[in-house]
Amino acid sequence: MGVTVRLAQMAVLGLFSILSIIMWANAKDTPYAIHAIIFLLATVLGLIYLARSTKFDGASAADEGEYMDDVVKAGVIATVFWGIVGFTMGVYVASELAFPFLNMDFPLTNFGRLRPVHTSAVIFAFGGNALIATSFYVVQRTNKTRLAFGNLAWFVFWGYQLFIVLAASGYVLGVTQSREYAEPEWYVDLWLTVVWVAYFLVFFGTIVKRKVSHIYVANWFYLSFIVTIAMLHIGNNLALPVSFFGSKSYALLSGAPDAITQWWYGHNAVGFFLTAGFLGMMYYFVPKRANRPVYSYRLSIVHFWALIFTYIWAGPHHLHYTALPDWVQTLGMVMSVILWMPSWGGMINGLMTLSGAWDKLRTDPVLRMLVIAVAFYGMSTFEGPMMAIKSVNALSHYTDWTVGHVHSGALGWVGMITMGSLYYLFPRLWNRERLYSYTLVSWHFWLATLGIVLYAASMWVSGIMQGLMWREYDAQGFLVYSFAETVEAMHPYYVIRALGGALYLTGGLLMAYNFWQTVRGNVRASEAALEVAKA
Amino acid sequence: MGIMDKHDKVERSATLLLILSFIVVTVGGLVEIIPLFWLDNTIEKVKGMRPYTPLELAGRNIYVREGCYLCHSQMIRPFRDEVERYGHYSLAAESMYDHGFQWGSKRTGPDLARVGGRYSDKWHRQHLIDPRSVVPESVMPGYPFLAKTELKFDDISDHLKALRMLGVPYTDEMIQNAKADLVAQATGEETDGLIKRYGKEVFGSATEVKARDFDGNPKKITEMDALIAYLQMLGTLVDFKTFDESNVENLR
Repeated sequence: MGVTVRLAQMAVLGLFSILSIIMWANAKDTPYAIHAIIFLLATVLGLIYLARSTKFDGASAADEGEYMDDVVKAGVIATVFWGIVGFTMGVYVASELAFPFLNMDFPLTNFGRLRPVHTSAVIFAFGGNALIATSFYVVQRTNKTRLAFGNLAWFVFWGYQLFIVLAASGYVLGVTQSREYAEPEWYVDLWLTVVWVAYFLVFFGTIVKRKVSHIYVANWFYLSFIVTIAMLHIGNNLALPVSFFGSKSYALLSGAPDAITQWWYGHNAVGFFLTAGFLGMMYYFVPKRANRPVYSYRLSIVHFWALIFTYIWAGPHHLHYTALPDWVQTLGMVMSVILWMPSWGGMINGLMTLSGAWDKLRTDPVLRMLVIAVAFYGMSTFEGPMMAIKSVNALSHYTDWTVGHVHSGALGWVGMITMGSLYYLFPRLWNRERLYSYTLVSWHFWLATLGIVLYAASMWVSGIMQGLMWREYDAQGFLVYSFAETVEAMHPYYVIRALGGALYLTGGLLMAYNFWQTVRGNVRASEAALEVAKA
Repeated sequence: MGIMDKHDKVERSATLLLILSFIVVTVGGLVEIIPLFWLDNTIEKVKGMRPYTPLELAGRNIYVREGCYLCHSQMIRPFRDEVERYGHYSLAAESMYDHGFQWGSKRTGPDLARVGGRYSDKWHRQHLIDPRSVVPESVMPGYPFLAKTELKFDDISDHLKALRMLGVPYTDEMIQNAKADLVAQATGEETDGLIKRYGKEVFGSATEVKARDFDGNPKKITEMDALIAYLQMLGTLVDFKTFDESNVENLR
């Protein structure tokens, strides 16, 4: 890397430092000032790093021929770290609903502020880091070339971590737009936009300079995820700040148009962040691990275009029977049901990739994890369209059924495909012969699966039960239950749900330990002995 | 097989793949969202809606800050049980000034779209400080700190200004008197100006602007004052006596 480029990068970071000092000096509220300081610290650390690592004698590491895997290594570590944070927050907020004294009645610990910390930590921190890391890994392998634009990938990595820290610290300090899964305020949104454009440049630039003529299907999904998230993020976060030196802003739109814009975003955060991106992961890691080609090339084409076209229309099913015009609701419902088909196209393509390799499920717990992820994908993409039907939604909306549905997708599909991919990646990235322990992977698999079963089943029961209780009439035509009575009835299910989450978290901790030992180059003694015995 | 052969071109051109997939993902949003900007077709004609008073707006911002929307909806669906439990189903017009709608997606607690006037200020105070002292089954967190925290409102007129730029009909007079109006509403003293600007005579609202010491502590204007003022006005504006739901204008 040339010295001029380095100097230009330092100039940009320097400008950001000056900007953050100005923001700090003029800050109108405390959270904004704290954020300006965090931002300043981050840019100064970046400057120090750049200054120390730049070699002014012109000797730069000539590693252009190799894959850039250090940033992938950092990414998978960040994925594990944020995963543990996100699962822990989930168990905590779930416990708050079961045992409200845990709120402690402080602003920082109340459910209303911690719940977005949980959702953002698992979706954007855990899921986002997994997507960025695996996309960087996959795009280099499938295009046989190093990541484009030098160290810009490192900017993407650290810039994204900074976004996470700003977002999460903002929530506990009370900085939120109240848009579900898009809570960060305007200046954090602007920062994410900068990082996302850099991410797009690195990913797309790598495809453009590929050494093979054909673009592999996993990259189609990653690319559409990156592009669509950019569109959704900008579209949904249009807002006017009260002051450029304060954290509060007001959304550009109001009422019904604002609601449909938010759920156009919200549903496609699921569709593109949590589905298309992770399908990219499926299309690379499942065939790799099973050592089989993708089942059907034609199906992947049909499934790709049908999926990305249809998903965008499904948002209005979050607003059934609301004050949104009826025609939009009905259109959203119809498209949501149609969406079942491309979703199952993807599931079939993933599962059938195992044709001729099904026996590996008995011996390889990592493949088992990848496959159950695809199975959960199939289940939740059947449940979703069903819940999008207006008459079903009349019962399920506003209840825990929705929460259960989201988690069978999030824990089952997103979590399992990510962790399966991580188990594939860790030994390869650190050049280890094998994982520290496959027995621990097996334990993780069963703990996580059991956790999901407890979670989903308890939320089905509590959701459907509460929905039915709300609408129950007695023979005289009076409502049978007060709202408070329905809350009381939820208690045992909230306890079971927290327990399910705790099992899932325990599995995550086992995984972290397994990786720690793998990176250190250890193999669990009893398993090492077994391998010797086999040989 | 024609189409599949042609697809080969897309798989060999990054630019083509990028452009085509971008076009494909824009269609749904354009079809579903853009028509809603013709508001005649989206929002009913009703009488009574007015912009939030400065104190109510400050209270609403606390509602947002604390994440109340995560457990409380503000959207009553047109079902018999919901209408009996919460009141008339919500109209689109009722959230027309909500920059950042608060319809919510989950009812861990009850809907709040029409909670205004249902409970006394004292009940709200007690409930917000210690929810289980009035509703033993509740799982709501307590918010005792609201009663202790003084409301910050030096910049409240900037908030009104920002909202006016987004289309909320705040007048120059409302913006100039924002601070005074806030104090008047939170103390219940010298409320003439407030009523002149936001009163039911001006907007044809079903109820008058409520101005009093909401938190029971006349010495301070606290965040509790603002939040209760907001809760007490929710769903009280539209005059349903004048709303004809079978009118063609109101069928969407």
